[in-house]
Amino acid sequence: MSKRIGMEIALAAAEAVALCKPDVVAAYPITPNTHVPEHLSDIVAEGRLDAEFICVESEHSALSACCGASGAGARSFTATSSQGLAYMSEIIPIASSMRLPVVMIVGNRALSGPINIWNDQSDIMYQRDSGWISMFAANGQETIDMAIQAFKIAEHRDVMLPVNVNLDGFQLTHVVEPMEMPDQKEVDSFLPPFKPIATLHPDKIVSMGTLGLPEIFNETAKSKDEILKDSRRVILEVWKEWEEKFGRKYEPIEACEARGSDVLLMTLGSMGETAEVAVEEARKDGISVGLLKLKLWRPFPFEELRKAVKGCKVLAVLDRAVSYGGPGGPVFSEVRSAFYDMQERPVVINEIIGLGGRDVPVSDFRKIIEKSVQAIKTKPEEEYEIFGVRGS
Amino acid sequence: MKKKKKWPEDWQDLNPGCMVFEPGSAREYHTGSWRAERPIFDESKCIRCGVCYIFCPEGCISQNKNGYFEADLDYCKGCGICAHECWPRAIKMIEEG
Amino acid sequence: MSIVENFDLYAPRLIDKEEYFSAGHRACQGCGEALAIRLMCKALGKDTVVVNATGCMEVISTMYPTTAWNLPWIHVAFPNAAAVAAGVEAGLKVMRRKGRIPDRDVKTVAIGGDGGTFDIGFQALSGTMERGHDVLYVCFDNEAYMNTGIQRSGATPFGASTTTAPAGVASSGKGQWKKNITEIMVAHNVPYVATACHSYPIDFMNKVKKARSIKGPSFIHCLSVCPTGWRVPSAHAIKMGRLAVETGIFPLYEVEEGKYRMTYRPERIRPVEDYIKGQGRFRHLSPDELTAIQKRITLEYNKLLDKVDNLHSWGELQD
Ligand SMILES: Cc1ncc(C[n+]2csc(CCOP(=O)(O)OP(=O)(O)O)c2C)c(N)n1
Ligand code: SF4
Ligand code: SF4
Ligand code: SF4
Ligand SMILES: [Mg+2]
Repeated sequence: MSKRIGMEIALAAAEAVALCKPDVVAAYPITPNTHVPEHLSDIVAEGRLDAEFICVESEHSALSACCGASGAGARSFTATSSQGLAYMSEIIPIASSMRLPVVMIVGNRALSGPINIWNDQSDIMYQRDSGWISMFAANGQETIDMAIQAFKIAEHRDVMLPVNVNLDGFQLTHVVEPMEMPDQKEVDSFLPPFKPIATLHPDKIVSMGTLGLPEIFNETAKSKDEILKDSRRVILEVWKEWEEKFGRKYEPIEACEARGSDVLLMTLGSMGETAEVAVEEARKDGISVGLLKLKLWRPFPFEELRKAVKGCKVLAVLDRAVSYGGPGGPVFSEVRSAFYDMQERPVVINEIIGLGGRDVPVSDFRKIIEKSVQAIKTKPEEEYEIFGVRGS
Repeated sequence: MKKKKKWPEDWQDLNPGCMVFEPGSAREYHTGSWRAERPIFDESKCIRCGVCYIFCPEGCISQNKNGYFEADLDYCKGCGICAHECWPRAIKMIEEG
Repeated sequence: MSIVENFDLYAPRLIDKEEYFSAGHRACQGCGEALAIRLMCKALGKDTVVVNATGCMEVISTMYPTTAWNLPWIHVAFPNAAAVAAGVEAGLKVMRRKGRIPDRDVKTVAIGGDGGTFDIGFQALSGTMERGHDVLYVCFDNEAYMNTGIQRSGATPFGASTTTAPAGVASSGKGQWKKNITEIMVAHNVPYVATACHSYPIDFMNKVKKARSIKGPSFIHCLSVCPTGWRVPSAHAIKMGRLAVETGIFPLYEVEEGKYRMTYRPERIRPVEDYIKGQGRFRHLSPDELTAIQKRITLEYNKLLDKVDNLHSWGELQD
């Protein structure tokens, strides 16, 4: 039976990971995600989890060790943030290319520089094209649930891809929330043992990580793309099963008061919770506004998005990262390309908010809603803006 | 027998993660074609010490049923190490022709 | 001394006939690194997992869809062989403990070139050694980044000309001395560290076997002649390795629990010139530079002998 708990979310994430019985955990400390590996090492030290905890000397080695362990056939887990994620980045696309279903929790934090330890999502966006499944939790409960789902999705025969579960640094990692923690029996019945494609063992010899010549490289890329896209099917299956077993529903895009609303906000991660408050207030004031919470970032849910915006006039995409010199925010870029072939599509505006931990109170969301309402009549001049920036 | 293809034809034919499940399959490729010189073994001088076998980077020298050593010319790259290291001078390199 | 050290005439009978690193690999003619790997595998035997850093040996052995390896093998990237090996070792250990794989010893062996060991893979190597993983790391040192075209590394010897430290009017090739990786590994206080060379195959294989049998981290620094990068005839690959040892440039020794031992001590140390003159990469060196190199090599050799004579083993602590 699940248990009601009140706990810091990072610790709860570690507890959830421990329920999945990883064989190898390799991680390196970095704020704001340090509590995840710290707490896992506690769990191992207390004898509650039989795992090898490798105190690596860097994040590059953390993911490398996870790749080695996963290749050997061990369920492997790591966690990091920001500079740590960037430091891993050489290995990130290799893990997916090698079909090693490592699970990673990312406590999202701004990438330097200037150096900053607070939250935005520039760290994971920098890894966008690495072939991982990528999902975002909006609160503590989703963090726990996604951490467990991640192993099942990653290790599914048709997937065998690494998964990153993102939660906003501090905003989520360091917050105490009431949550429901599944018990060991429930997790055991949900998550089957890891059956790898091959293992590094002399009883059945395999070579992993071979050299790909130009003659096969297009084909390897096609295969990566198809498998990642097809993982959507498995993700939906797993989420359905989760709902049946645990009663909590997951969708690539969660819609709140979206149907029939003139204006929609679209969020990724914890800002969805604040946005929801703003949307509720605005609706009380008679504004026709709803909210889309994007949970699945890769594979990107194009179909669901197109359905979700039917009838809406303005969609305000809220990003917490900038694609410098490019189209604005990375989510915005995806959204617009999703709409290109649609006959009737909403006006899309992009507000880049909350960079490097800048506070985004409910009142800011209200301002964005207002701007979006105006955009129904007059399209704003600028396609995107960094919200609340001084001097502009 | 179906002739083995050099490359997997379609993307669906690739092994997951480009893993290779046939150990030692590099033998399908014959490096003997690189050779400019070939080693000739003179059994009358050979003392069957195996030095040539030990030092061949290709591992393509083996002992025949008479106990003498010979090179598998499918793989011998003609580096000349065996000839250089054979102290009874039982191996000579001669030009391919 | 016969042409091969300790080479009992019918030594081939004693070594594993199995070729775990099969012919058909694409290494250049006379590649010392390929030979060293072949010998290493014979000494390791079948219960081994190999973790390979990017470099010549990975590129020439696993062109998809084929592999030269007859052992379980994984390559992830250039800087991380030691870290991947740590993960493999931990994974195998925990799975064995949980009964998911057969209950027998399978050794994890990481291999890398000098670039992947002295330079870019140095941090991961240090971490794995310091954490005490049951991993043997073998560095195949051909004294430059050969895979990318003979660039200078921390292992390139003083005075060698490389494509990034070329000899020219204003330069005499590399202006710094070779990093002493073996001593750095000794300083990690791991149970076993050794130097070796493919030109002394029995010595090398004995060291591999010893390292394999030791529980915990071990390191072998194997000088591997690269005829392409050193600009020597391929037939001279073995001879060059032998000269490196006989001139005292690359002494063969092992350090077991802190105790130094020469595993082969030439009766007479030859002048370094014997080694240097046969190699294109040193062709530009002046007599003065040669003298400087000779002085330094003699000093280093003597320093090593002092250690052999005077340093204690931490094995003594147990007495
Ligand atoms: C992070 C990274 N930097 C650079 C390279 C390019 N690179 C591949 S192999 C190599 C040199 C390998 O040298 P070494 O380790 O000495 O092995 P060798 O080829 O000489 O056997 C370099 C520079 C790479 N693959 N990855
Ligand atoms: S090295 Fe020469 S003598 Fe020895 S086995 Fe080979 S061919 Fe015969
Ligand atoms: S020439 Fe070289 S490759 Fe050919 S058999 Fe002799 S040592 Fe082997
Ligand atoms: S470049 Fe040197 S190390 Fe690389 S394959 Fe050729 S001979 Fe061997
Ligand atoms: Mg090298």
